[in-house]
Amino acid sequence: MNKLYDVIIIGAGVVGSAVAREFARFSLKIGVLEKELDVCCETSARNTGVLHAGFTYKTGSLKAQCAVEGNAEFDKVAEELDVPFKRTGKVVVGFHEGDRQSLLTYKAVGDANGVPGLAIIDKQALEKLDSSAGGEFAMHAPSSGILNPFIYNIALAENAKQNGVDFYFDNEVLAIQRKNGIYELTTNHAVYQTRWVVNCAGLNSAKISSMLGIHGYTLAGFKGEYFVLDKKAGQYLTMPVYPAPGPTGGFATHATPTVDGNVLVGPNSELVEDFEDYGVTPAGMEELIAEGVKMFKHMKREYFIRNFAGTRPKLINKETRQVLDFVVEARTEAPNSINLVGIESPGLTCALPLARRAVALMRKKEKLIPNKNFNPKRKGILCFAEQSREMQKELIEKDPNYGEIICRCENVTKAEIVAAVHNCLGVETVLGIKNRTRATMGRCQGGYCETRIAEIIQEELHKKETEVIYARRGSAMFTGKVRG
Amino acid sequence: MAVINKDVVIIGGGPAGLAAAVELNKQGISDIVILEREKQLGGILRQCIHDGFGLTRFKQTLSGPEYSQRFINQVEELQIEYITETTVIDITPDKKVIAASQNGLLEYQAKAVVLTMGCRERTRGAISIPGTRPAGVYNAGVAQAYINLHNTMVGKEVVILGSGDIGMIMARRMTLEGAKVKAVFEILPYPSGLPRNIEQCLNDYDIPLYLSHTVTNIRGRSRLEGVVVSEVDEQLKPIPGTEKEYACDTLILSVGLIPENELSLACGVELDPRTKGAIVDENYQTTTDGVFAAGNVLHVHDLVDFVSLEAEALARSVAGYIKASRLDNCDIAITTDVNISHTIPQKISGFNDCKLSLRVRKPMKNCEIEIIQNDAIIKTVNLKKAIPAEMIQIKLDKTELQAVGEIRVVVR
Repeated sequence: MNKLYDVIIIGAGVVGSAVAREFARFSLKIGVLEKELDVCCETSARNTGVLHAGFTYKTGSLKAQCAVEGNAEFDKVAEELDVPFKRTGKVVVGFHEGDRQSLLTYKAVGDANGVPGLAIIDKQALEKLDSSAGGEFAMHAPSSGILNPFIYNIALAENAKQNGVDFYFDNEVLAIQRKNGIYELTTNHAVYQTRWVVNCAGLNSAKISSMLGIHGYTLAGFKGEYFVLDKKAGQYLTMPVYPAPGPTGGFATHATPTVDGNVLVGPNSELVEDFEDYGVTPAGMEELIAEGVKMFKHMKREYFIRNFAGTRPKLINKETRQVLDFVVEARTEAPNSINLVGIESPGLTCALPLARRAVALMRKKEKLIPNKNFNPKRKGILCFAEQSREMQKELIEKDPNYGEIICRCENVTKAEIVAAVHNCLGVETVLGIKNRTRATMGRCQGGYCETRIAEIIQEELHKKETEVIYARRGSAMFTGKVRG
Repeated sequence: MAVINKDVVIIGGGPAGLAAAVELNKQGISDIVILEREKQLGGILRQCIHDGFGLTRFKQTLSGPEYSQRFINQVEELQIEYITETTVIDITPDKKVIAASQNGLLEYQAKAVVLTMGCRERTRGAISIPGTRPAGVYNAGVAQAYINLHNTMVGKEVVILGSGDIGMIMARRMTLEGAKVKAVFEILPYPSGLPRNIEQCLNDYDIPLYLSHTVTNIRGRSRLEGVVVSEVDEQLKPIPGTEKEYACDTLILSVGLIPENELSLACGVELDPRTKGAIVDENYQTTTDGVFAAGNVLHVHDLVDFVSLEAEALARSVAGYIKASRLDNCDIAITTDVNISHTIPQKISGFNDCKLSLRVRKPMKNCEIEIIQNDAIIKTVNLKKAIPAEMIQIKLDKTELQAVGEIRVVVR
């Protein structure tokens, strides 16, 4: 492959996809290399899906600036990109005097950071806001919200794609060389040439930094486990409920409603060597149950429908182990590269502000010509279940596939599945369909619909049964035909 | 939407729905419709290609499709209306039924609604099995659908968790199709499925069954690579130090069935936390007037024959309801002692003959089940052997019953 790109972005998580979309505002030839088979496979997918307000980050830090900026603009972003989002507000609850001091500290930090509307509230006010929340008092952050992290990441990438960005999945960058001012990125499939490189590799951002010749970054992987609770539990919880941070800072297990009406309980936090070991442990689950019930009074085992884990790559000082701020930099060791390292929580909230900062770094060196055809709007797959009966009737009349319910827990129709199978990014996995439609996310976990989805993938994409992939490279669903 | 009026709308064309429809027709109620989401009638029996169905109902052994075909033939002969590829998405407490199909949204106004939606499988997430989430972890019924209906093989080296009947049947099925089934593990100290399946599906194929064992870790990032199995103690907690690793590309879960009652809840039906099905009276009427339930949506059965018989009994009650627009009040509650998991029905009138379906909680030998009303034992049933896997049915004659006074079922 000898196409020369102006910019290649490594990583199609929420940050890489936001960077691709923001660069697409200019007349540039842009490519994205992603080692997985879809966008949103690692940290971007494995989190609480909260739009943070920005009251826990050190005043003046990039985390604080980007969180406040990203939070303030998100109504517009969600509308432009058709991302399910609710500005629910959030409560950080306390039980004793130490917690109260902690809340007061964070309120002061939040006020200094420019977070709007922070208020300490008593138990009565807390119960009025959310009767299922634990705690004796709380800090209320009205600007916090919840969003669908999969759809946000997909929307950013689809919008980038619609504005001309090329996405290459299953392309893991193995080596980077720079010859005559041109970077050569060697992946497991091809060599890509580009004038500029942007490192948005998340969990692997320190590794890519080293490949660029920028050394000395240490990432610590903090694994967090979660339970997903049935929508029957979701009826009780109106907003995220977090515990007051202890003396060392950082939030422990919280309870958060999802935009779709489930509840997430988690994460705990465990330092891990292997950043991509997403196994859930018995000890971790016991901890989530014990801690979760303090936040959410209706936490019960009968509501469990799934568990998962994610890893936050925190940039740390190797000697002091202190957690450092996000890094967005253009370094002389690697000219024409933009390096984003240590992007963890609140990365979802900060993705677009970080992307604008990346663009600004390129702009310092090159004049960028606006792309006159750039369209910031993207439409998602229409959700049949959320429409009125009249609209549902109209939809079926227009496309009979809306009348065929594939996922009975979430009432996802064949029309939605087919739209997801033909997504503009060319993703072909079962997980890709799940993240785009919610099919298999319900309480039966695909018991009814997974066979149908596998069949639709085979039909629509003319695939053999052995070519149906669950999520990652090598995750074939089937070993072949039974007979014949 | 033009509203379609029906005497009875039957939700689900599996064994319960089919039997209810045929019996309703025989009772003179012909203004009925079966709504079925699949392409064909038959429900889960379509994928149950093994035999052993029908011994009670037809006195001969049939495969699942053969069993259901007997009812489908009657539905065709009696010209009972049914609509396939139509999924009910809502039922209201005043018995409006909304269904989606390729032909549009349908709205029915029923005089009576019959809930026969069957059950779903308990999943890995519901029982919180630790480990990673690779491809290759399948519920037994899903694997059965892939193999028997879609002609796709799910794996070659298999471990099965749970000794439920479908799990054991899949152990045999996958062995016959060339897979190596390494073992079946059961967390309880006794099997969950029927003794005949242990013989015919495991012992006949030298597949070991390990009781008091469970899967404590799942390994593999892309496709399943192996599972860790541990022994459990009396509290069903894994015993540290007993871990053993089994390399496999497939884990089949047969860890229980849950009645599928999302639509029942939509129309205000109250559920019994023990059965996860509706609370019903002797007429199989739920707590919502004119809404009836039978089969696996009501309580999980071990044999389809009893599903059919239950649905036929329901149909006779529904026919009475349609004709008289009311049924006897059922105010006599039935309670159980700790060793009986539940009874169906949960309430009776005391004026009619009725049949109690129940299960014991643990295997028992030489036991007595006593039915007590107003401190008097009104019936005693002696059993040489009672196991949780086998449903017990006890007939109560109206002459044995009093019109008032709670009934208690105990086992000694």
